[in-house]
Amino acid sequence: MSPPTPTLVIGIGHEWRGDDAAALLVARHLREQDCPQVLVREMSGNAADLLNTWQEAAAVMVVDAIHGPAAPGTIYRFDAQSEPLPADLFPACSTHAWGVAEAVALGRILQCLPPTLIIYGIVGQNFGLGTGLSPPVAPAIPEVAQRILKEIEYLKR
Amino acid sequence: MSSKTIKVDYLARVEGEGALYIRIKDDRVTQVQLKIFEPPRFFEAFLQGRKYTEAPDITARICGICPVAYQMSSVHALEQILGLKVAGPLRELRRLIYCGEWIESHGLHVYMLHAPDFLGYADAIQMARDYPEAVKRGLKLKQIGNELVALVGGREIHPINVRVGGFYSVPRKKDLVPMVEKLKWARDAALETVRWVSTFNFPPVEPEYEFVSLRHPQEYPFNEGRLVSNKGLDIAVDDFEAHFEEEHVPYTTALHSILKARGAYYVGPMARYNNNFDLLPPAVQAAAQEAGLTSFCCNPFQSIIIRSIEILYACEESLRIIDQYEQPERPYLEAEPRAGIGHGISEAPRGSLYHRYRIDDQGVIQEAKIVPPTSQNQKTVESDLYQVAVQNLHLPEDQLTWICEQAIRNYDPCISCSVHFLKLHLERR
Repeated sequence: MSPPTPTLVIGIGHEWRGDDAAALLVARHLREQDCPQVLVREMSGNAADLLNTWQEAAAVMVVDAIHGPAAPGTIYRFDAQSEPLPADLFPACSTHAWGVAEAVALGRILQCLPPTLIIYGIVGQNFGLGTGLSPPVAPAIPEVAQRILKEIEYLKR
Repeated sequence: MSSKTIKVDYLARVEGEGALYIRIKDDRVTQVQLKIFEPPRFFEAFLQGRKYTEAPDITARICGICPVAYQMSSVHALEQILGLKVAGPLRELRRLIYCGEWIESHGLHVYMLHAPDFLGYADAIQMARDYPEAVKRGLKLKQIGNELVALVGGREIHPINVRVGGFYSVPRKKDLVPMVEKLKWARDAALETVRWVSTFNFPPVEPEYEFVSLRHPQEYPFNEGRLVSNKGLDIAVDDFEAHFEEEHVPYTTALHSILKARGAYYVGPMARYNNNFDLLPPAVQAAAQEAGLTSFCCNPFQSIIIRSIEILYACEESLRIIDQYEQPERPYLEAEPRAGIGHGISEAPRGSLYHRYRIDDQGVIQEAKIVPPTSQNQKTVESDLYQVAVQNLHLPEDQLTWICEQAIRNYDPCISCSVHFLKLHLERR
């Protein structure tokens, strides 16, 4: 078994649902940086897959587009080890599948959260059909990427 | 005269949007309606004018849980027109990818969606506090099913490697071998699942159903066979529309499918099991018998055991296929398009899935018809709801609502497939 990747970054979203692609674009931005010992994944956000995937790393950063009362493009950061994700920002969007909040809740009960699990949420504006980010959301992409890179640097110390 | 209304806005742990309405007047159930209010999705119309080669990828988009089923029914229908007969390792790979879908879909439903009903939890997250090892087992089973689909299909959701005539590329033997140890673990976990769910408490009901599924002379069915029932139906797939019809019902946007001769019928794991028990490997039959089942089961609540039996079968079958697999020389068969009509039925996790296509001599789809399993089960779900409501009228409202939701989940309904949230509206007058 290969040693655990020090840091895993997971971008969650849907390519063709407007601002829901925001986290995927963060992931691609980071992949272009070609950071050593950082694995970047794009995922649909299914909880079962998340729970399995974040076993691969000691430190995991998850980025997801969210609905929220704040202005589009607002960036939230949560330390999932120390706090549950707020239900108003991460509501259940399906009666059948689970998302990030459920994965965190289940991971906490099953004691299988990675030692470091940081969740970034980017408030989206348009989740309708089609590609392309809303103008207020686009600047959040490089900013979240930079914040993640800084966190990774901090973790290396 | 008593009058009471119970309303549950969103029935969780089903896929799709719809509502259930039960009217009770003077301690009598007077009306049961499964209302699907999701707008029609028009997939059959989308297909018109597209090349036949696009059908597996377009129809896969109907469902994120059972895309393989849509791909399989479509390719079989189209290959019938083209005169292609996919055999040998390519046929085996189709069964293998289907095994992956059954493992992931059944694993999800048994552990995350249905087991909480029997154990008294609102959801699997709550259940995980008391049953952490079971939930971990379910998650890992689902993951292994996903891996198998991704290995053969290119990715686990909406696979991209299936095409008319076979696959765009086929795995090497050495690509499949790493799955063997995982599938052996899954086989043991599936057996553990059968034993676990068989200890649940099942309401003692045994309605009379007509169970409809594929039956193949030599194998538990995935893609091929005749459509049979326990009441004498035995027809070629091509004759589906001669014996079944869809009808518009005023309160729902989904069509109801009925057997012309006898009305409501039942598709899915219980139907497959009852029509094909003799084709299960001895070890799987033994597991069923150890779980207290005979070769025929008509208690819909025990469908959770049979789903678990099918996980076990899919693991056994996957191991057999990988063991015997030899990489084919070509990943697909080819044929020139020709005008014609083709029919295909395959066994989606939730039951028989019918496709019919008419294409022209350029291979352009002129007409498409898709009858998904949840549409076929709708009338039977309503019938079950009626019986469950009648038998449990004495229960307090919260318990009556609970068992009605549980009865719906016996069918693992995928309302998105049939046209999406289920609302339960129980009204007492």
